[in-house]
Amino acid sequence: MIPLNHYLLLSAILFTMGALGVLIRRNALIIFMSIELMLNSANLAFVAFARSFEQTSGQPVFNGQLFVFFVIAVAAAEVAIGLALIVAIFRVKRNVDVDQMSSLKG
Amino acid sequence: MDFTLIFFYVLAATAVATALGLLLSRNAVYAALFLVLNLATVAVFYLLLGAPFVAMAQITVYAGAIMVLFLFVIMLLGAEKLPQGEVLPWQRPLAIGAAALLLVEAGYLLLQRVRLTAALPDPGTWENSMDALRQMASLLFTGYLLPFEVTSVLLLVAMVGAIVLTKREKGEPA
Repeated sequence: MIPLNHYLLLSAILFTMGALGVLIRRNALIIFMSIELMLNSANLAFVAFARSFEQTSGQPVFNGQLFVFFVIAVAAAEVAIGLALIVAIFRVKRNVDVDQMSSLKG
Repeated sequence: MDFTLIFFYVLAATAVATALGLLLSRNAVYAALFLVLNLATVAVFYLLLGAPFVAMAQITVYAGAIMVLFLFVIMLLGAEKLPQGEVLPWQRPLAIGAAALLLVEAGYLLLQRVRLTAALPDPGTWENSMDALRQMASLLFTGYLLPFEVTSVLLLVAMVGAIVLTKREKGEPA
């Protein structure tokens, strides 16, 4: 029997740590992983709210869980494109440091 | 104290510690492995919330497929460590301050709702049964059919896009 606010607080902490990772790291791959951490914490809040709503309405509610599926699918697409971009940038710059990626052309 | 609550605190501490490890590790491979552990911990939270199928999808898709792709790219590029470069001196304290502000905001917005202290029930046998899975699948293929199809198109576009982005152009040196 875990209160809902425990899950929400954990979700907020994980989201903040993901945002902090995006802000303070310079390795593009680690920035990407931090974005995954943020998506994941949002998913946790989704499932916790779904469980709470299920308890309130007294019957099974699967909408929250299905939303999490869509988020996971979009995250998979995003990772495929993002890693392809990082590989393409690495070919030109020989580096994955975001401070070096300051010019639009070459 | 309730056993489930102790279990929750241990898992929550693990989740926060692995997220910290992701933030602080110098080597990108270690960061990826910390993230795998974090995703597995969150999968256990899904089990606690009575969502076993989401938990399994999390393990197979996130911790399995996506993180293997990450590790593959890290090792392909040899980008485990960045050379030390010049860093803006004011950037890191500013980022930490902004993150603290975000935590306060997110915590306030999420926690000001009513009924938050109501304890969520532990999952029973019904949540883990085939019957629940069948109901969820029928909702996915009736009420959410259009988003489901759009997602499949999105995945196809992402696949084609990834191939086009990484393809060498004709005459370009290796």
